[in-house]
Amino acid sequence: MNPVQNTNQYKAIVIGGSAGSFQVINKILNGLPTDFELPIIMCLHRLKHVRQGFVEALNLKSSITVEEPDDKEPIRKGKIYLAPANYHMLVELGNSFALSTDEMVNHSRPSIDLTLESAAYVYKNKLIGILLSGANKDGALGMKKIKDWGGLTIVQDPAECMIDTMPTSAMKVTQIDHVWPVQKILQFLLEVHKQNKKISPLMSK
Amino acid sequence: MLQYPNIITTPDIEITELRRLTELLRQKYNYDFSNYAMSSFKRRIQRVLELYRIPTIDGLIRRVNDEPGFIKEFISEITVNVTEMFRDPSFWREVRDKVIPNILLNNNHVSIWHAGCSSGEEVFSMTIMLREMGILDRCKIVATDIDADILAKAKAGVIPIKNMELNQKNYIRFQGAHSLEKYYKEEGGKAIMDKTLVENVSWREHNLVDCTPFSKFDIILCRNVMIYFNQQLQNQVLKMFHESLFKYGYLIIGSKESLIWCEVANRFIVVNNEEKVYKKVKD
Repeated sequence: MNPVQNTNQYKAIVIGGSAGSFQVINKILNGLPTDFELPIIMCLHRLKHVRQGFVEALNLKSSITVEEPDDKEPIRKGKIYLAPANYHMLVELGNSFALSTDEMVNHSRPSIDLTLESAAYVYKNKLIGILLSGANKDGALGMKKIKDWGGLTIVQDPAECMIDTMPTSAMKVTQIDHVWPVQKILQFLLEVHKQNKKISPLMSK
Repeated sequence: MLQYPNIITTPDIEITELRRLTELLRQKYNYDFSNYAMSSFKRRIQRVLELYRIPTIDGLIRRVNDEPGFIKEFISEITVNVTEMFRDPSFWREVRDKVIPNILLNNNHVSIWHAGCSSGEEVFSMTIMLREMGILDRCKIVATDIDADILAKAKAGVIPIKNMELNQKNYIRFQGAHSLEKYYKEEGGKAIMDKTLVENVSWREHNLVDCTPFSKFDIILCRNVMIYFNQQLQNQVLKMFHESLFKYGYLIIGSKESLIWCEVANRFIVVNNEEKVYKKVKD
């Protein structure tokens, strides 16, 4: 089966990652074309009390500028978003972000589960969820929600992960559509991009 | 076919069910949550269901309806009370070094409103800072919250000692004049704050959602409170804040909040975009 059939159905991509995911994210963001259309919503574990530096580090390599959204900022095509330090980042109906300072979840704020779960609820089967290397189980239940709502689930191949707890936890709680090394994940995203362009060349206008 | 263990997660709440709950809260208890941000409100409700082991939202609706005594607890749980002293130390330096001196150029007194003060950490941060500046007795401070229980807690000034490590770290990064320990004593696993810090603070129950102004201020602090509202409600509250500020007064919101999308934006100027300090320049 060609995994990229009907890729034009997708509206957004969410990515979760923790320990060992920085290089992987860099590779993905570096490999994307500058006109990549689907919004990418990233929740990566980070130091709670360091507001600056992370997004700047990602932007050294990313082909599209990564931004930390403000509360209620609309989610736009062609943008890459990163959950800000010490806030949970949720996707709100009507396609905007809602930030929160709720209790930590899985010892984390931002918590990957919360971003994934809220995105799954809003985008349903039009969402691609990707979970990368990490040392705890944050994100596993979020991946389950994505699957339950009909979205596509991808984890980084545990064999390639610096720390594989995160992807393997997800594999234990739900069906993962693809277990891929990062190169393959990137290829897939490029294929999604190509399909999008072919099917709706006017979409980006 | 692979079998997955039966993970117990709270079932997803439908928007229509949320509406039934907010409608009941509004009609019966006069609390209006209908313009809260859906994603975070839904999550708070899910948390309440888990906490009280209520299996469905129907069960919660029944309980809210049948047990008038439950509403206080419910309000406490539904509102977010996670806060820290000197959160974003660089912001507190900005208030100490720029905002307050600026107000003192033209005024002898400073009036401050902490809107949504929760358990009071920001109020104590503020009064500690003002005392170190030697002007605490020239400041009039009002602290409000929707939740009567949390206000009582704030007033008592008792903070779990486990939180003090972070508070301490923030205070050091704020570059306070002393050590935070100067302002509390440890007793039975709790930090008891120095009450003289807040003897001139007036604590009041006030629901921002009602949008009723009650006084005028030089500074309004409302950090990470409006993130729980939808944009329509944010607009209304910001209008009320605008009304409640003296001309050239300061509005301060959370580091990832923004005035850009609101209607009164053009009546403010940005003083510090990083720390989200705005100044009212037009009535």
